[in-house]
Amino acid sequence: MAVAEKEKRTFRIDIYENLCKGCSICVDYCPTNVLAMDGNLVIVKDLDACNGCQLCDNRCPDFAIQVFEE
Amino acid sequence: MSTPTEELKPLAKKKKKVPFNYEPYIRGGKLPHIWCPGCGHGIVLKSLLRAIHTTGMSKDDIAMVSGIGCSSRTPGYVDFNTLHTLHGRALAYATGLKLAKPKLKIIVTTGDGDALAIGGNHFIHACRRNMDMTILVYNNAIYGMTSGQSSPTTPQGMISTTGRYGSIEPPFDTCQLAQAAGATFVARGTAYHFQELEKIIYEAILHKGTSVVDIIDACPTYYGRFNKYKTPSEMMEKIEKEGTVSVKQAEKLTPEELQGKFLRGIIHRSERPEYCEEYNKLVATVQAKK
Amino acid sequence: MANQKKRFMQGNEACTEGAFYAGCRFYAGYPITPSTEVMEICGTRLPKVGGVFIQMEDEIASICAIVGASLGGLKAMTATSGPGFSLMQEGLGFACMTEVPCVIVNVMRSGPSTGFPTGPSQSDVMQAKWGTHGDHPAIVLSPASVEEIFHETVRAFNLSEIYRTPVILLYDEIIGHMREAITIPEPGAVEVINRVAPNCPPNEYKPYDNKLGDIAPLASYGDGYRFHVTGLYHAADGFPTNNTKMIEDAARRLLRKVDDNKERIWKNEEYFLDDAEIGIFAYGVSARSAKFAVRELRKKGIKAGLLRPITIWPFPDAAVEEMSKRVKAIIVPEMNLGQIVYEVERAAKGRCDVKGIFRVDTEPIRPIQIMDCITGAVLALSEAKNGAKPPVSTMTEMMVERDMIDG
Repeated sequence: MAVAEKEKRTFRIDIYENLCKGCSICVDYCPTNVLAMDGNLVIVKDLDACNGCQLCDNRCPDFAIQVFEE
Repeated sequence: MSTPTEELKPLAKKKKKVPFNYEPYIRGGKLPHIWCPGCGHGIVLKSLLRAIHTTGMSKDDIAMVSGIGCSSRTPGYVDFNTLHTLHGRALAYATGLKLAKPKLKIIVTTGDGDALAIGGNHFIHACRRNMDMTILVYNNAIYGMTSGQSSPTTPQGMISTTGRYGSIEPPFDTCQLAQAAGATFVARGTAYHFQELEKIIYEAILHKGTSVVDIIDACPTYYGRFNKYKTPSEMMEKIEKEGTVSVKQAEKLTPEELQGKFLRGIIHRSERPEYCEEYNKLVATVQAKK
Repeated sequence: MANQKKRFMQGNEACTEGAFYAGCRFYAGYPITPSTEVMEICGTRLPKVGGVFIQMEDEIASICAIVGASLGGLKAMTATSGPGFSLMQEGLGFACMTEVPCVIVNVMRSGPSTGFPTGPSQSDVMQAKWGTHGDHPAIVLSPASVEEIFHETVRAFNLSEIYRTPVILLYDEIIGHMREAITIPEPGAVEVINRVAPNCPPNEYKPYDNKLGDIAPLASYGDGYRFHVTGLYHAADGFPTNNTKMIEDAARRLLRKVDDNKERIWKNEEYFLDDAEIGIFAYGVSARSAKFAVRELRKKGIKAGLLRPITIWPFPDAAVEEMSKRVKAIIVPEMNLGQIVYEVERAAKGRCDVKGIFRVDTEPIRPIQIMDCITGAVLALSEAKNGAKPPVSTMTEMMVERDMIDG
């Protein structure tokens, strides 16, 4: 199958500010540098780079981040 | 009758990625939990909930029992039959509950101090009896709830508030202890290897008999701070990732290379009569004699 | 009555008969003299009725296991003595705090520490009330005969279910090992109270709801009510709270459960108390000697009477108060160095003299000791009044001992 036909997948990242404790695990482990710390809070700095790997969600100890495919 | 519109849509080429929905398992309004920023317990809890989900068990049929400590706060957040007991005694309560209601799947969430120090006696006897229950030891090598004292799994030389000059005590290996005491399923996972942990816990829950999972996770607030780890992620890298090798990898390593590393994966699995079944047999025999 | 057989049995055996009669279906314990017979009989009998018996690794595990089993819906019991009872204290507090019904039998032996395992004692009466830390309710029953052990064991289970609290059955080695003839009542002859289950839908269930009174129905784990139980101070829904008002409310409610119902929990025996000038307050084996002493003193014209608490906690304040208004002195014989005597003193509020007779050589207090004490008290009282000589006991201790055996 031709690789060129691969569809561009887009994602939405929900960060629950009331649950985030700012440990930065998600930022440290994001393979495509989508996330960044803004003080004690996680922010999405480059959504386009997200590949939907869910590593941020799986390693978040606080149930504070989820990735949805749009 | 209306025709569902969904049926008319063309099938998606690829299934859309959706995050795991923890909501059905978390009690309403109980989050955020009390665990510190970067504490591995939350990651372990998520692996546990995904594993339970995969088993397809009813929430009514699961009882989660704990003792005292950070890890023992787990039952307060989850929507099962939950019992938060005394320091070290979770397994004794669990034993009584299981015998009274054998249909319940018992999951005990405990810590290194709770299970191996104050609860050490109950731990070895639970393993010996081989009653059907899953014991998850959240092992962060420190007493977190009381702010950072040495525990039975604190490695030698590491700093705590009761070991300011470095611990001189040799630590327990939870898995070796459990296996020697008779547990029929012994495994180790880490919060870093969340997927592997989920699979191990799934296997542990399905195992008939006493299953013990030693789960290495991080206490950044005390253990990390005292022992010069800069971030929770650094602890995960150095302790959980670099400090462990999988059972498979270990086969190819020399004893020197394995020095100071914990084995990860299912370490021991055997079959032995399960306690409740044996008790039922005893009752049947005694009643037949009447 | 024709088909009701009289049986000759030991106190500890009567305890198990009472437990089975009350519907106990779970026993967890650890062997310890002089209570072990309770465990051995449970181990033999429970499997026959489909009940559960388990020997735990220690007494701490035993009390935890019975609380776990009770939350699983079974009536549960453990039995122990001295050092084992000390080990159970934390678990006892947990049962009080979480309001889980269970029965703990303590067959008292001499202490502290290992003490004298085969010798009787009454030195755990204060521990039974105050052994676990923090304010907590206590219901402690103190039978004085084999037959009474049976009935008080049934009552212990009943009270435990009614008030959702652990109940302690406290008796000494003599009563536990003594053999007497007893009649086990037919099923149904003695009331057996079972747990009140919730009738609301599971999603509305609150295990500590006090809207309809201080004692909420208790669901069992695994029956669809997924509730939370913790030894931390908790709200009505069972979850921990740091709300100061809720903490105080919960603490007060725990005590109120027993305090407001103490008239229903109290149970005393009065013996020649109506016209008594000298009162005896005695429980357990000491009350047996006291009863004998009362009979002998009456023969000599001394108006002695006995108040015997069968419920020792909550303390029978009202009965002691009433007695203190009528008698000149209260004698408190007990096999320790002074425990319940101070409670009697407190309840008597200085209205009469209160004097203890203590014995800790592991021999029971003999009637002659009580009689001598009372004649001494009468002497002191009459001397104070007019100098007249009171009657003096002439019996020898030998005779008293033989009479005790005979009757």
